Amino acid sequence: MGYQITRETANRVFEQLKQSYDIFAPKFFSGEGCFSDTDIIRYGKVNTLDEIQWEHRSDYSFKESLFAINETLFYFTENETTVPAGPEKKIMIFLKSCDLHALKRLDAIYLENGPEDFYYKRLREKAVFVLMGCQETCATGFCASMGTNRTEQYDMYLKISGDTVLADVKSQELQTYFQNTDGRTCEVTPDYVTENAEKVTLPQHLSVDSYQNPIWEEYGSRCIGCGRCNFACPTCTCFTMQDILYRDNENVGERRRVWASCQVDGYTEIAGGVDFRKTQGQRMRFKVMHKIYDFEKRFGYPMCVGCGRCDAICPEYISYANLINKLSKEEA
Amino acid sequence: MKNEYIPFSSQVKEIIPHTDTEYTFRMSFSGDVKPGQFFEVSIPKYGEAPISVSGIGQDTVDLTIRKVGRVTNKIFEHYEGNTLLMRGPYGNGFDIEKFKGRDVVIIAGGTGLSPVKGIVDYFSQHPQDASSTTLIAGFKSPDDILFKQDFESWEKTLHVIKTVDSAPEGYPGKTGMVTKYIPDLPIQDISNTVFITVGPPVMIKFTIIEILKRGIPEENIWISHERKMCCGLGKCGHCKMDSTYICLDGPVFNYREGKNLID
Repeated sequence: MGYQITRETANRVFEQLKQSYDIFAPKFFSGEGCFSDTDIIRYGKVNTLDEIQWEHRSDYSFKESLFAINETLFYFTENETTVPAGPEKKIMIFLKSCDLHALKRLDAIYLENGPEDFYYKRLREKAVFVLMGCQETCATGFCASMGTNRTEQYDMYLKISGDTVLADVKSQELQTYFQNTDGRTCEVTPDYVTENAEKVTLPQHLSVDSYQNPIWEEYGSRCIGCGRCNFACPTCTCFTMQDILYRDNENVGERRRVWASCQVDGYTEIAGGVDFRKTQGQRMRFKVMHKIYDFEKRFGYPMCVGCGRCDAICPEYISYANLINKLSKEEA
Repeated sequence: MKNEYIPFSSQVKEIIPHTDTEYTFRMSFSGDVKPGQFFEVSIPKYGEAPISVSGIGQDTVDLTIRKVGRVTNKIFEHYEGNTLLMRGPYGNGFDIEKFKGRDVVIIAGGTGLSPVKGIVDYFSQHPQDASSTTLIAGFKSPDDILFKQDFESWEKTLHVIKTVDSAPEGYPGKTGMVTKYIPDLPIQDISNTVFITVGPPVMIKFTIIEILKRGIPEENIWISHERKMCCGLGKCGHCKMDSTYICLDGPVFNYREGKNLID
């Protein structure tokens, strides 16, 4: 159901939503970028509509709202374990179409691959998703190439246009927040881009033979193995277990899982020191093949959603999009 | 909904030392478990490590642990009567049914013997279930030999070749890599012979070259992969090779499938 309401009314609806939901959205953090005097857009809890960064793509994705950068799995006292309480409130996440497509990939790993993940599921079940449209393409994104530029899988679409706010509300539960407002019902369709500046063609004939391609070492030679591409990626889900003990009482501590990167040393290292992928070229190959080849073999669709964050965040200016296009050109 | 990350407490029933750095911990466990499967074993504050099942008893499982990492070093400080935390078993494990009635050749290097030990035990106790059973086990030196007592009983019922890479002069046993003993193995019927090989990646590679030289079809070869596994549940990503999750789809693979798995 589509609604047109005033900005003032939208603010009131937002206040009501806040009673039941913790609301996460891209926020602008002034001066908090990686380098001095740089800003950053990342997810955080928002209290007003004005805090939400609508136009620019966030530097980091929404995924930390559903699985934290480091998450306590349980606390232990000797051999007793205690699981931290889950969220009391429901969760509302504002995101763009590429990220909503990424959600499907997170679900694939955390809910379908092996047994369901307790921690992901208890947040996921409480989450609703609010689509933010894109009127213009972002700089490095190639969603149109990946077919992730539009989606119908949202609970609500919201657009602010001056003093007017348009909403397309699919969730019946969320409709109750709009039904008693002074707005009017109307047809609302989400904005989406049909073309990006960056265009990517996926190679069609990748196989395990592609592992031998010298392109991996070529691109890997510039990689410093910082893992930023993985942390910015909305579809990367890897983590490592970590135990910590409290200095005050060494019998007490916690087990956490912490985001991991396949580009960083130690990712494949087993006890005794065997490391299965030593070079950055091998790690580059592993990452790219996962994004555009082997995830698809397992789940039926590519992992990459073309959000372009990895290219924007790489300190070595390595272009994953160019790498893929180069692979495709080699096939032609 | 079950929280798969929560470990259960398991009592150390018995400790069997093999070498200075490798012990078998006999742990209390009742439930289904197969050779080749693994548990995530942990001590709070030191973390978890995936450990293969090296023996299955009545209400116990054996875990043969090498002191090589932070977690495993700590486990060595825990002695009989103490407990370890465990979750699992994970992975597919070996299906002994597939090997029954056939000429079975098991080739293991070092602690690679752990995941196949359940198969060796089975055919040692039921020699009539296989057409023949051969074990080729390689260790670095005489001091590194594991399961010494088990070898004594295996030698009674199976064809056993126990070799060390190098030994001091006067060592009465066999020396050389496991690969040295493959060309001369008596093989009666290529299609009825199955090979199972587990060990360090380099050993597996050269062992398979030798096995294929004997004309054994790829589908008659079975391998098990050791990889980093933080969760055992198909989530953490560390063990993935191509589209395969070693923890879910493996660690045991038929070579026809396993040969395409490149790190």
